[in-house]
Amino acid sequence: MVEARAQDAAEVSVQHEDFDVGGEIARLGEGRRDVGAVASFVGLVRDANDGSGVRAMTLEHYPGMTERALEEIVEQAKARWSLLSVRVIHRYGRLEPADRIVFVGVTSAHRGEAFAACEFIMDYLKTRAPFWKCEETPQGARWVDARESDDSAAARWAASGAQVPAGEGEDWDDIELRR
Amino acid sequence: MTSKVKILYFASLREAVGCAGEELDLPAGVGTVGALRSHLAARGEGWQALAAGRNVRAALNQKMAGADASLDAGDEVAFFPPVTGG
Repeated sequence: MVEARAQDAAEVSVQHEDFDVGGEIARLGEGRRDVGAVASFVGLVRDANDGSGVRAMTLEHYPGMTERALEEIVEQAKARWSLLSVRVIHRYGRLEPADRIVFVGVTSAHRGEAFAACEFIMDYLKTRAPFWKCEETPQGARWVDARESDDSAAARWAASGAQVPAGEGEDWDDIELRR
Repeated sequence: MTSKVKILYFASLREAVGCAGEELDLPAGVGTVGALRSHLAARGEGWQALAAGRNVRAALNQKMAGADASLDAGDEVAFFPPVTGG
């Protein structure tokens, strides 16, 4: 059975609507005087991929699991670094070149932790959050293939010696079904 | 007594099998995610997208799961290609 999911404060949002980057960054530090660093990342839709033009893309996701996966990644980041606030927004549906897809914002006392946590969240999101991109190209619609570089980007965090919190049992780097 | 599970398919795998999901009474001997995958692949045609060797991921009750994960009545199982968000 699918367990009920705690409705935490809005650290994670999965939505079709666009977001306001400036507003999100401002909210991360709102009402706090202990924030010394804010690191953020914004992912955009490119107009070309794998040698083809991209007119638009449609992001499909797994409602329910997507939110859980993002929350899990945020929890792992908080367990690794001293973070003061975290915000992750990921859009779904049809998006066009230059549209924003994803926002990650992290605050900490010092820049090192904010930089690292922001990159960690993006690397893990790329390999663990259940989103799939279907691109509209002049040759027709095509599903984007997962990149090995994304797997290695995520794997280096496991190899970096930082402690990985006890997770949900499954080794995420070994989720290809064993035969 | 029947063991009914909910199965979901996403992205290119959804297109290959031709449906977004179904409810299935687990046949005798199908007790794990891996066994369910094999059972579905044996339907043939588009379902062969689930065959061994294809790059398929699975989730059990909305958490990534391996082939050994065991199934219970009421479970939600999902099959999909490697994720490409971000």
